[in-house]
Amino acid sequence: MTKNVAKGNNKKLAVKLLFAVVGMFAFGFALVPLYDVICDITGLNGKTGGRVEVAEAGQLIEEDREVTVQFIAHQNVEMGWEFKPSANQMRVKPGEVHVVHYRVSNPRDTLMVGQAIPSVAPNAAAGHLNKIECFCFAEQPLQAGETVDMALRFFVDPRLPEEITKLTLSYTLYDITEKSKTAAVASR
Amino acid sequence: MSSAAIDHAHDHDHHHGPAKGISRWLFTTNHKDIGTLYLWFSFAMFLLGGTFALVIRAELFQPGLQFVEPNFFNQMTTMHGLVMVFGAVMPAFVGLANWMIPLMIGAPDMALPRMNNWSFWILPFAFTLMVSTLFMEGGGPNFGWTFYAPLSTTYAPDSVTYFIFAVHIMGASSIMGAINVIATILNMRAPGMTLMKMPLFVWTWLITAYLLIAVMPVLAGVVTMMLFDIHFGTSFFNAAGGGDPVLFQHLFWFFGHPEVYIMILPAFGIVSAIIPTFARKRLFGYDSMVYATASIAFLSFIVWAHHMFTVGMPLAGQLFFMYATMLIAVPTGVKVFNWVATMFRGAMTFETPMLFAIAFVVLFTIGGFTGVMLAITPADFQYHDTYFVVAHFHYVLVPGAVFSLMAAAYYWLPKWTGYMYDETLGKLHFWMSFVGVNLLFFPQHFLGLAGMPRRIPDYALQFANFNWISSVGAFLFGFSQLILLLVVIKCIRGGKKATAQVWEGAQGLEWTVPSPAPYHTFETPPDPSLIKAQ
Repeated sequence: MTKNVAKGNNKKLAVKLLFAVVGMFAFGFALVPLYDVICDITGLNGKTGGRVEVAEAGQLIEEDREVTVQFIAHQNVEMGWEFKPSANQMRVKPGEVHVVHYRVSNPRDTLMVGQAIPSVAPNAAAGHLNKIECFCFAEQPLQAGETVDMALRFFVDPRLPEEITKLTLSYTLYDITEKSKTAAVASR
Repeated sequence: MSSAAIDHAHDHDHHHGPAKGISRWLFTTNHKDIGTLYLWFSFAMFLLGGTFALVIRAELFQPGLQFVEPNFFNQMTTMHGLVMVFGAVMPAFVGLANWMIPLMIGAPDMALPRMNNWSFWILPFAFTLMVSTLFMEGGGPNFGWTFYAPLSTTYAPDSVTYFIFAVHIMGASSIMGAINVIATILNMRAPGMTLMKMPLFVWTWLITAYLLIAVMPVLAGVVTMMLFDIHFGTSFFNAAGGGDPVLFQHLFWFFGHPEVYIMILPAFGIVSAIIPTFARKRLFGYDSMVYATASIAFLSFIVWAHHMFTVGMPLAGQLFFMYATMLIAVPTGVKVFNWVATMFRGAMTFETPMLFAIAFVVLFTIGGFTGVMLAITPADFQYHDTYFVVAHFHYVLVPGAVFSLMAAAYYWLPKWTGYMYDETLGKLHFWMSFVGVNLLFFPQHFLGLAGMPRRIPDYALQFANFNWISSVGAFLFGFSQLILLLVVIKCIRGGKKATAQVWEGAQGLEWTVPSPAPYHTFETPPDPSLIKAQ
């Protein structure tokens, strides 16, 4: 009799523990969005926000303050494109809207699709670099031999902490031709 | 069929010994059989992982490329780590848990015997799957045992999918083992065996089992995400698709740091059993040992980012993880002091298990101190990914976890086989291992401080001397493990008959049953008067 009771208890406990296992498996996946949220809030990893409406820009221009914005362009290994900003750096007043063009060309003899991923340093500035228009919001397909000037329209938020006088915006260009093709086939 | 009939059939079974032939091992639900299977399996994996390590040390014996290509070297470092962590150390502790926990708490068997069989028998499949990748086109995993994305996703060899499934299977095995241990300890204790009377090995395993349940599913989740990234076009860890490789490191180390304690907490339990026996004194500070184990387990969840200080973290994060990590030294220090205090003014004798246990206390503490050095964030920037890190974690894992396993093997071998092992050979094994392991790993501290990076098959000329010493130590340590094999085989075949208590100072229920322990023990609970406070 006691043996059966013990067996029942074992099974009950095992089921409870199994729920804990499933819960922890789910928690592992929940950490993915959680990580993004934490990065968004803290600006860790230099993640910038999405598109900002023009209306928000130019509300208030701080005439007596200037910050330096530096532009860096990389590409992922063996991509073989040319990718360069029109200016290496700019002095801007917080609130003022500026435009930079990035020249990309695809010297290869096939169509390729690129995707630019931004990152801002220092991390604390990441939330204060606002983009009104950016080539990084979309995939960039380039025909063989094609060259394009891609625009970035941005302003620095006047709420940028005082102690930051220089911020660096870095773009890394990734070759997503394969991924984009499968997506195109899938959407057909 | 009525449950009474099942019970009757079950009882009837008990009067027989084990089944004959291979089916005894394939279908066994006996905790002693399964414990034996686990222990032999882990010993085989220990020799396999050791062979991989000797390939590494042979290549590093001299500067320049001698024997293997860099890609194969990378496969060796990766497989060595994976086989030793998941194949040797973890299953060895599970084997000891199977053998000893029911005997220590006066239970007739593990709580879920069929699942117990299953959790062992999937392991050989997992490792066959993983090791077979070495013979595949493109080679096996070559991205380090930590398998950081994108090395393990975008740039991985095709065989990575086999690796992923192997990790899934060994994870399932560990989780089933952990559920079994918890159910056994919580439900199957003999009357009178209260929680605070349990031997520390049982306590440390209870806490370890909870750690396993908390983090093995996260590891399963991580490899599942890798699988999706590789085959189904998701971008969990792919920056081009909006994912983040640094996320991989956070997820991995959220598993990885508690994993470190999964491999050391049962070792603490073993040493806490052996030292009192050979010091002929009660363990000093039993309660504080239990609380220290629990605190270490809790802290292990909030220190993971100390493995990745160099990824770029805000100052507040670096400070938090630095202080939290250093805090672990406090409960660990409590343990070391308790072991030393147990030995203090004890009537000590130095049989082989005691030698391994004392070496554990000394050498594990050295590994602990280098851990505190690595926790200092600014210093870590210099030590990161150098041989200093390799020396640190090998000191806590080899003369730490592995020495405790050897101590356990010598300590309980007479109980398992019924014969005393050959003490002379045991001592020879100890001294060769002790000298070998220190020759092997101590110079690696200096190599790391001088800047030699880990996971590279070649090195600058100024590192030649220390690498030479390290390789000599590696071969000495590696081959002396064959002595252990010899001792175990000799001990199974015969020798001086062991008494039930085996050791003069041994305390606890496992020493009240005859040696060798009968196939079925504690079918009726032991007399509560046998259960003493620790």
